[in-house]
Amino acid sequence: MLTLDPKIPVSPIEDAWTFHKNNNLRLVGPKNRPKYKVIVVGSGLAGASAAASMGAMGYNVECFCFQDSPRRAHSIAAQGGINASKNYRNDGDSTWRLFYDTQKGGDYRAREKNVYRLAELSTSIIDQAVSQGVPFAREYGGKLANRSFGGVLVERTFYCRGETGQQLLLGAYSALEEQIAAKKVKMHTRHEMLDLVVVDGRSRGIVVRNLETGEITSHAADAVVLATGGYGNVFYLSTNAKGCNVTANFRAYRKGAGFANPCFTQIHPTSIPASGDYQSKLTLMSESLRNDGRIWVPRDADEKRAPKDIPEKDRYYYLEERYPRFGNLVPRDVAARNAKDVCDQGLGVGPTGYGVYLDFAAAIEEKGIDAVKSKYANLFEMYQRITDDDPVETPMRIYPAVHYTMGGLWVDYNLMTNVPGLYAIGESNFADHGANRLGASSLMQCLADGYFIIPVTIGDYLSRHESGDITTDHPAFKETETAVRERVNKLMAVKGTRSAQSFHRELGKIMWEHCGISRNKESLEEGLRKIPALREEFWRDLKLPGDPAELNQSLEHAGRVLDFLDFGELMCRDALLRDESCGCHFREEHQTPEGEAERNDEDYAFVSVFEYKGEGTEPELNKEPLSFDALPLAARNYKT
Amino acid sequence: MRIKLHVWRQSSRSDKGHMESYELDNVVEEMSFLEMMDTLNEKLTVEGKEPVAFDHDCREGVCGMCSMVINGEAHGPKSKTTTCQLYMRHFDDGAEIFIEPWRASAFPVVRDLVVDRSAFDRIIQAGGYVSNHSGPKPDPNSIPIEPNIAETALDAATCIGCGACVAACPNGSAMLFTSAKASHLGLLPQGQPERFDRAKSMVSQMESEGFGSCRNYAECEAQCPKGISIAFIGRLNSDFLKASLVEPIDRRGDMKAQ
Repeated sequence: MLTLDPKIPVSPIEDAWTFHKNNNLRLVGPKNRPKYKVIVVGSGLAGASAAASMGAMGYNVECFCFQDSPRRAHSIAAQGGINASKNYRNDGDSTWRLFYDTQKGGDYRAREKNVYRLAELSTSIIDQAVSQGVPFAREYGGKLANRSFGGVLVERTFYCRGETGQQLLLGAYSALEEQIAAKKVKMHTRHEMLDLVVVDGRSRGIVVRNLETGEITSHAADAVVLATGGYGNVFYLSTNAKGCNVTANFRAYRKGAGFANPCFTQIHPTSIPASGDYQSKLTLMSESLRNDGRIWVPRDADEKRAPKDIPEKDRYYYLEERYPRFGNLVPRDVAARNAKDVCDQGLGVGPTGYGVYLDFAAAIEEKGIDAVKSKYANLFEMYQRITDDDPVETPMRIYPAVHYTMGGLWVDYNLMTNVPGLYAIGESNFADHGANRLGASSLMQCLADGYFIIPVTIGDYLSRHESGDITTDHPAFKETETAVRERVNKLMAVKGTRSAQSFHRELGKIMWEHCGISRNKESLEEGLRKIPALREEFWRDLKLPGDPAELNQSLEHAGRVLDFLDFGELMCRDALLRDESCGCHFREEHQTPEGEAERNDEDYAFVSVFEYKGEGTEPELNKEPLSFDALPLAARNYKT
Repeated sequence: MRIKLHVWRQSSRSDKGHMESYELDNVVEEMSFLEMMDTLNEKLTVEGKEPVAFDHDCREGVCGMCSMVINGEAHGPKSKTTTCQLYMRHFDDGAEIFIEPWRASAFPVVRDLVVDRSAFDRIIQAGGYVSNHSGPKPDPNSIPIEPNIAETALDAATCIGCGACVAACPNGSAMLFTSAKASHLGLLPQGQPERFDRAKSMVSQMESEGFGSCRNYAECEAQCPKGISIAFIGRLNSDFLKASLVEPIDRRGDMKAQ
C-alpha cells in the first residue's frame, strides 16, 4: 500500500496557493541554497524552466537531456498557443473561468486545487515569457493578440504564429543557458537516465548512460526532478518526437513511485494518416479545419473512383448522418472514434485503408477559393508538402493520432511523488488535466510547474534535510549501476533476428487495437495476453548490432521499447480496471445513447495509482479519492 | 523505387571515415527521407551490419536535430525544408544519392552523420538571452511593441539552430545563426539593455569556436530550412561595430550582491 498524502492546503480554493506558501512551506536561505544539489532530468518547457529558475535562486543544479542540445526537447513542436486568463478581450475571462474550463474539459478527474493554482499562475507565465523576449503576436496598437481555442467561450490563447512551443522553449532555453554560463547549472546533453537511486526511501540520484561513449555513471543529489514528458510513443505512431519515451518515469515507478492514471491518452482526430508500414511518426493538422471541411468516406468498400468523381449519393457523410445536430463539429473524441469505426468497416480511404476524407469543395463553392485558402494557407501548404496532394483540388485525408498523455507519476500538491525527494513536473506528472487535456493547456502547465511551483515547493523538502550528505560512493549507487549494466548486456546478448524497431511497431499495433480510441473488457484482456507474449519474443529474438560502449542508437531504442512493453501492460490494466468512460477513456460498455462518454462518479471519482510489486507480479491499485467542493460534478456537455 | 546511396561512415570522432554504398529497392515515393534511412537501417540490422547513426527527433521540421548534407546541399534539394520534411518523391527512380554529415571544423563528427553542435549552445551562453530571474514581471501590455518589429523579431527567432547555415557556408561561418539570435533580442525592448554587449560577446564566442568569417556568399540563407534572411547579419555587424567603438564598462562585478 502506498502512502498517498496529497497535501492539499486546507483553505478556500481562491487563496489556497498563497495560504500554502505562507503557512506550509519552509524556505532555504540564499546562503544555503548552493549547498543543495538538485538534478533535473529533461530540458523541455518544464525541465528548462525549472532548472533555470532554481539555478537563478542559487541552487546547485545539474540538468540532463538525451538530445544534443536542451533546445530540441519536444515542447518545441507545440503549435497552437498557451492559455492565460488575462481577460485582455474583456470577454468575461477570469481565473475561475479558466479553472472551470480545465476541470470540465478534464471530465472531473483532476484535483481541484491543483487545477485552480494552474489557472491562477497562467497570467504570470505570459509576463515571464515576454520579459525573456518571447515575441508573441501583437495587434496593430502593439498590445498582445489572442485567438480562440476549442472547448471554451473566451479568447485567451496567446500565440506566436504556429510555433508557440518553439518560442516559449527558446525563452526557457535562453534562461537555462544564462544559468549555465553563470555556472549555476551544469548541463549534460546526450545523456539518458536509465535508473533512479533510492536510499533509505529517499530519492538520492540517478544513473545515466552517456549516449556518445556508452559510459554508465552515477550522479548523487539532494533531490531529483523528472521533467521527462509523455509516453504517447507506446503506440509507436504518435505525434510525439521519435525520442519521447517512458523510461525515466517507468524506472522511477519500479523504484517505488506510484504511476497515476496511465491509461488516459488523448487522441487527436485530425492528423495526416500513415501512408504505409514504413511510417515513423504522425503529423498533426489543426482541428480548425473541421470548421470548413466535410468529413466522408465512400459508401462502397470497393470504391475505386477518385474522390471528386464519386457522386453525392455514393458518399457517406457519417458524422453528419450520425450526429445531425453537430455534424462535423462533434467533440474530438467522438470524431476520432467514428473515423476508426468506418475504417474498421472497410470504408477507409488511402493506401492503408485507415483514412477519411476532409473535403473543402463545399466551402470553396460557398465562400470562394481565396477565402478558404487564406484561412488555411499554411495548413494546406504543410499538407501538400507531406502528401503531394493539393487540398483545393482533392479532399484531404485525415486520421486520428495519439497526441498527449494525461497520466503520469503521482504527485502531491508540491509536485513531489510518494518517494521523498523525487518530483515530477510537466507532462510527466498526472496532476492537472484529469481525463482529457484542453487545447493550449500543456505549455501552460509545464511553465507553471517549472517557473513558479517547483522553485518554491522544493525548498520545503530540502530545508528539512541535511545538504550534501550523500555521494556516489554509497553502495546503492554501485548496485543500481551494476543493474543498469547488466540490463544493457542482457539486451546485447539476445542475438536474435529482429530489430528493436520491429518490436516497437508490433507493440504499437497491439496498443492501438486494444487500448486505443475506444476500449472494452474483452479487447483489453486480449491485449494483456498479447503483450507478455511479445515481450517473450523480444527477449528471444531481439537483434542489436554494434557495441554498447559507443554511440548505439539501436541499443537506446531497445531499452525504451522494453520499458514500453512493460508499461503497455500497465496501461491496459488501468483501462480494464476503470470500468467507466471519462474524457478520453472511452469504455464501449459505458456510453450515452449519443455515443458520449458516461462517467460513473459513484464508483470511480478517484485517481488510480499503481504500485510496482516486482517482476512478474501484478501491480497494486491504490486510490486517491477526489473531492469536488468548489465545482460540483456535472455531465460534460458541449451541446447546449 | 530503386536508389543507390553513398553514405559517410565514421565509427568515432578519431576515425578517418569513408563513404560506403548501399542499394535499396523497396523505397516508395510517399516515404520521408528519414523513413528511407530507417528502411536502410532495418536492412543493415537484419543483415548483421551496423546501422547508420543519424540525428533526428521531432520529424516535423522544428526541433533542428536532423542534419544531413544530401547531394552537396544542407537538408537536400528542396528549399526551406529540413531533411525530415523531405520526401522520396523529390528524387527520381534509380537516383544516386550522396549523404554526408555537416562539414565544419567547429562541428566535429561524432559518428557517421551525427555531429557535435555544442558550439551553438556556447554562443547562446555568451549572451543569447535577456538576463532574468523567474518571478513577478510587469504586464506585457505596459510595453507596447510595434507589430512589425515583433514580427521581424519572430522572423529571426524562427531559427531552429540546426546548423545548416554553417554546413552550407564555404567558410563554415555561423553568422546567420548568431545574427538571428542577436537580432531577435536586439529588436525587442526587453533586449535593449544588453544589446551591444550581447553582439560583442556572441561574436567573440563564435570566433573562438573556430567558425569561419562571413564573406557574403549568402549560401546560408539559400540553404536555411526556415528562410532566415541575411539582413540579420547586417544588423549584427552594425551592432557589433557600434559596440566596438565604445570602450565597454563592465559593471557586472560591482553590481553583484555584497
